[in-house]
Amino acid sequence: MAEVNVQSVPLKQTDEQIISPWREAWRTLRKNKLALVGMGIIVFFVLVAILAPLLAPYPYDVGDLKMKNQPPSEEHWFGTDYNGRDVLSRVIYGARISLWVGTFAVIGSVVVGTILGLLSGYYGRWVDTLISRIFDIMLAFPSILLAIAIVAILGPSLQNALLAIAVINIPTFGRLVRSRVLSLKEEEFVMAARAIGMKDSRILLQHILPNSMAPIIVTGTLGIATAIIEAAALGFLGLGAQAPEPEWGKMLSDSRQYIQKAPWTVIFPGLSIMLTVLGFNLIGDGLRDALDPRMKN
Amino acid sequence: MALLSYSIRRILMLIPVLLGMSIVVFSIIRAIPGDPALTILGEKASAQALADLREALGLNHPWYIQYFDYLKQIITGDLGVSLHSGASIAKEIGPYLAATAELTIFSMCFAIIIGVNAGIISAWKQNSWFDYIAMLIALIGVSMPIFWLGLMEQWLFAQELKWLPSVGRDNSRDPIQAITHFYIVDAMLAGRWDQFREVVEHLILPGIALGTIPMAIIARITRSSMLEVMRADYVRTARAKGMAQFGVVYKHALKNALIPVLTVIGLQTGLLLGGAVLTETIFGWPGVGRYIFTAIGNRDYPVIQSGILVIATIFVLINLLVDLLYAYIDPRIKYR
Repeated sequence: MAEVNVQSVPLKQTDEQIISPWREAWRTLRKNKLALVGMGIIVFFVLVAILAPLLAPYPYDVGDLKMKNQPPSEEHWFGTDYNGRDVLSRVIYGARISLWVGTFAVIGSVVVGTILGLLSGYYGRWVDTLISRIFDIMLAFPSILLAIAIVAILGPSLQNALLAIAVINIPTFGRLVRSRVLSLKEEEFVMAARAIGMKDSRILLQHILPNSMAPIIVTGTLGIATAIIEAAALGFLGLGAQAPEPEWGKMLSDSRQYIQKAPWTVIFPGLSIMLTVLGFNLIGDGLRDALDPRMKN
Repeated sequence: MALLSYSIRRILMLIPVLLGMSIVVFSIIRAIPGDPALTILGEKASAQALADLREALGLNHPWYIQYFDYLKQIITGDLGVSLHSGASIAKEIGPYLAATAELTIFSMCFAIIIGVNAGIISAWKQNSWFDYIAMLIALIGVSMPIFWLGLMEQWLFAQELKWLPSVGRDNSRDPIQAITHFYIVDAMLAGRWDQFREVVEHLILPGIALGTIPMAIIARITRSSMLEVMRADYVRTARAKGMAQFGVVYKHALKNALIPVLTVIGLQTGLLLGGAVLTETIFGWPGVGRYIFTAIGNRDYPVIQSGILVIATIFVLINLLVDLLYAYIDPRIKYR
């Protein structure tokens, strides 16, 4: 009987503790005007991406050659490009590609990085040495160069660009989780869990992982911003999305030779990249202030 | 002594990283799915040409022999031969490296001068209109795709306003006599101040495009670091003694606030080398980034490999330098 009591009391307490910091964080976040602006921007672009077929006034891949490089007008709000395609429609469909690549590349890096970070931090010894050295080596390359190397091997395509971006960002999350594990491992609740004979996998998944979530979310949000820029950079270099996909970076490189005649074909895709990235950066900064107690004044 | 032993440990840690880098770079050709020779030469290549290329790249041997040959080769400073030009890459890459170095140094100077000062003034006049505007610019700066910024600069300042040249490093009708391949230095050596002016004008647009993100990051870090230091006791003491505000900020606070800024500067210099690929492509800047980018188009894998290896090695060495400098400035590091 005594055992049952000992177990149930602390469980109740941790339940409350898990909920309240998140609520508190949300309360802080709601007061942060910049973070709200960021959320507004991202909600806008997500809606645009989801509703693209309804919003886009023209198809993104078919143009009227008689109407090429037309300035913004009532029919074409963002003008037309060198193929006579509607820039607004292409920018709208481009939101799908950028958000999709940014989000999924980061999910990939987070999943793999978290697993490697948990393993290397918890088990230490040779597992840690091996994984940490691999991270060191990957971080020895400027990230965009490593991505270029991966795409040079696999061949240029949007999928390979996504894969390359996911791979190059693994060490960021791996190191973050590892350092969290190293400090959490010494905490009393983890020692207690070990003392009552809890399995390693359960300790990792139920105690250490939930307590590492806050920094993962913050870094992940900022990571989406970086991933979107990286995807656009690869697209710009011709190593990502291929024609006629309306990827924003690719649109910039395709239109750059007409920049003097038709600057709108370069202005709007670039502005969209910048706004999306800004949105994720604002949310990320806001989340950091809300979730990291050390940042509180 | 602690500094010496820390330095030695830090330098020894480089060995596994450099070996690992060589493995990654070595794998670039070998990891191509299918026959690398066929990928490089294309479908129409003759059987003889394919066999010759395999022989030239050493693809016929087992991979571990290939790797040790490769390691031996790069340790002796042989970076291979370009498939496109047939020239030795180690010789060919020199001028490209100088061009990239010149652009990177220029960008970094721009980023540090503007970024550090904007950060200091923002912290000093916290919550003033200067603070708000500077931080807004910094916020937009970190979100800026540099290739777009580069294109916009080119369009506005070169093509529309015609204030500055949009491509290249010098006036093609009056080219620089290359001695060091650092054109600023070369123009000064020749005593040609008109050329010096041309070179600086060519540097401005790509330099700003490349330097904007580091500038924004440095400004933000300097501001937060200064805000922390300005609350410290010794700063209050300096103020209490009646020291002028300017002296307190620039003499007492800045010295300590610069420690985290230094790390960021080191990290950003490495990132600049990566960003150079994009900037150099836009501004027709004949640097390593563009050298690698052109090589990708030509499927010139030895150049891709060696270009990436050289940049990554420089990146690692810069980080080493920053770590050592950091330990020198902040004595707490050595005892970790």
